[in-house]
Amino acid sequence: MGRRPHIPIAQRERVVTTAAKFEIEYLQYLDAEGKQVRDDLPAFAQDLDHMVELYKLMLSTRVFDAKSIALQRTGKLGTYASCLGHEAAHVGIGSAMKPEDVLAVSYREYGAQLYRGVQPREVYMYWGGDERGNDYQNEPARHDFAWSVPIATQCLHAAGSAMAFKIRGEKRVAVCTIGDGGSSKGDFYGAINIAGARDLPLVAVIVNNQWAISVPRKIQSGAKTLAQKGIAAGLYCIQVDGNDIIAVRKAMEDALERARNGQGGSVIEAVTYRLGDHTTADDARRYRGEAEVKEGWDKEPLKRLRNWLVTKGVWDEAREEAWKAECDDWMDNEVNAYLETKTQPVTAMFDYTFAELPADLEKQRNAFLANENKAH
Amino acid sequence: MAQITLIEAVTQALAYEMKHDDSVVVLGEDVGVNGGVFRATQGLQEKFGEWRVIDTPLDEMTIAGVTVGLAVQGMKPVAEAQFEGFIYPMMEHIACHAARMRNRTRGRLTVPAVWRAPWGGGIRAPEHHSEANEHLFTNIPGLRVVLPSSPARAYGLLLAAIRDPDPVIFLEPKRIYRQYKEEVPDDGEALPLDVCFVLRDGSDVTLVTWGAQVKETLEAADALAERGISAEVIDVATLTPLDFDTIAESVRKTGRCVIVHEAPKTAGFGAEIAARVAEECLYDLVAPVERVTGPDTHIPLFRLEMKYLPSVERIVEAAERTLAAS
Repeated sequence: MGRRPHIPIAQRERVVTTAAKFEIEYLQYLDAEGKQVRDDLPAFAQDLDHMVELYKLMLSTRVFDAKSIALQRTGKLGTYASCLGHEAAHVGIGSAMKPEDVLAVSYREYGAQLYRGVQPREVYMYWGGDERGNDYQNEPARHDFAWSVPIATQCLHAAGSAMAFKIRGEKRVAVCTIGDGGSSKGDFYGAINIAGARDLPLVAVIVNNQWAISVPRKIQSGAKTLAQKGIAAGLYCIQVDGNDIIAVRKAMEDALERARNGQGGSVIEAVTYRLGDHTTADDARRYRGEAEVKEGWDKEPLKRLRNWLVTKGVWDEAREEAWKAECDDWMDNEVNAYLETKTQPVTAMFDYTFAELPADLEKQRNAFLANENKAH
Repeated sequence: MAQITLIEAVTQALAYEMKHDDSVVVLGEDVGVNGGVFRATQGLQEKFGEWRVIDTPLDEMTIAGVTVGLAVQGMKPVAEAQFEGFIYPMMEHIACHAARMRNRTRGRLTVPAVWRAPWGGGIRAPEHHSEANEHLFTNIPGLRVVLPSSPARAYGLLLAAIRDPDPVIFLEPKRIYRQYKEEVPDDGEALPLDVCFVLRDGSDVTLVTWGAQVKETLEAADALAERGISAEVIDVATLTPLDFDTIAESVRKTGRCVIVHEAPKTAGFGAEIAARVAEECLYDLVAPVERVTGPDTHIPLFRLEMKYLPSVERIVEAAERTLAAS
């Protein structure tokens, strides 16, 4: 018992014919301290004004996030999903896309969404219990999908969008973002599968922040990388340092270009770390240690880009403080706009159910309205 | 004019709308070269090409999610679930997204899509191929649930479903797919999605039904007529949003109501109609409401399935009970 049966050497050795082989590239330009580890900077990263703009949006995303949590803690917001630590991944995704592309997010990709015109007041409205938060007013966000709370479903909506673009011959790309946990779901697999089978212009970005609420990355999948899931679907795959915006943006630009030119879809795994709780309803201290979180902070995305920009002479402490102050003003303005928004009338729960209110539903609407009027 | 079956009317409606509206696409398993396992999409790929009639990977969830994406981008997808018993993996996309997209974005994004599915029992099919689950959809706000019961209504209601700006679940009674033919002009005329159809006028009892049971119910009305009982027959056709006024008007006239459906009894859509009759027509009733339905069991494998489905005899007996009561 317990001993392996003896197999003669002649039977153990056999000629191996390889049916398929793959490897996954890992891409990083800036290390945790902001030291440039590659010389071949992509064109966008050689434009330092642009890099400053990206940094400023990452910083405003962080200020926005802190403001959101403060609102929740003071009872002015419902449950909120923080994006702390994901700023490079999200801004990298949003800034690489063209306006005509379509973004389908889960529920914490604010850096990408702010870039595409979503307003902080809309985020506050949504998490503050008002559907109007999903009615993004500014293009191009106005034609993007709204937050998708059921995990990974947005991947198939992006695949369907990509199919529409392909059918109509439009040079547009659908981008979906998903977490490491979400990449376990059938919707993710279904989306990349049909994208590969039908050569759809889809870019699926797994923002791997190591935690799906309390379940760590290693329990989600036995695969060495999550990027390689795309290999099975016949897509291009790459893993990038998700805290290095240059790497994220470069991988996105390549993937978007391939998709736009009819050369197929991609899976990008952006490896990052969820520095905050899953949502404000979660307490991550219950399931992960301080040492790990400290290591996450050592690798966080703003510090390295700031160091790099300082080295390049285009950023400094004074500019940092001045921009933070501007962000604070912006957020105060957005918070005020949110807090001043009146609750919708009771009839609003009826009025968007169908394009035209059916007669049977109108009776229910009238009854609710009558009740409301009686109460006042 | 050619006489066509219900399934041919489905094909005719799809072809008409695809010809007149480039945004209409059909997708599902085997819908392309094969023309669908029931041949609902027969010949469509030849006519419109493989990017209008799209064979998908074998994954219902993928079909449903991709349908949502297509529709949000302004296409009018008509997705096929090969059998209604396989529609469960589609439910999340139908309930959490298609049905609520307009509401949750305050009208910014919409899902003008149709989900077609061969529905119901009675064709000696394998397990999981005979389900009647319309009640799973009628409790989801934002959906229209439509069941045609004749070639002409299949044509007109499917055209209306495709043109509707909101998602529609279109359940096709496969037992009567090829049961009889009738003249259905290919004139692009849609039927309204907000009315029940009164198929037969009567004064003694109202028989309310939908889908394949329309056949047995009309036969029951004939049998009742032979006994001197005048039955009104209503084909609900669009279950939600419900046109209850047509049912109420009939019940107020007859004072008696028998509801017929093949889905299980408890919390079937007949329960909703019975409740509405109680709410709005109680004092017009002269007898308790009767329901003739499948029992609260799984539809049996096919040796017993005809015993499960409502029969003419059961409908006649129920109607007679309402007459005996007053």
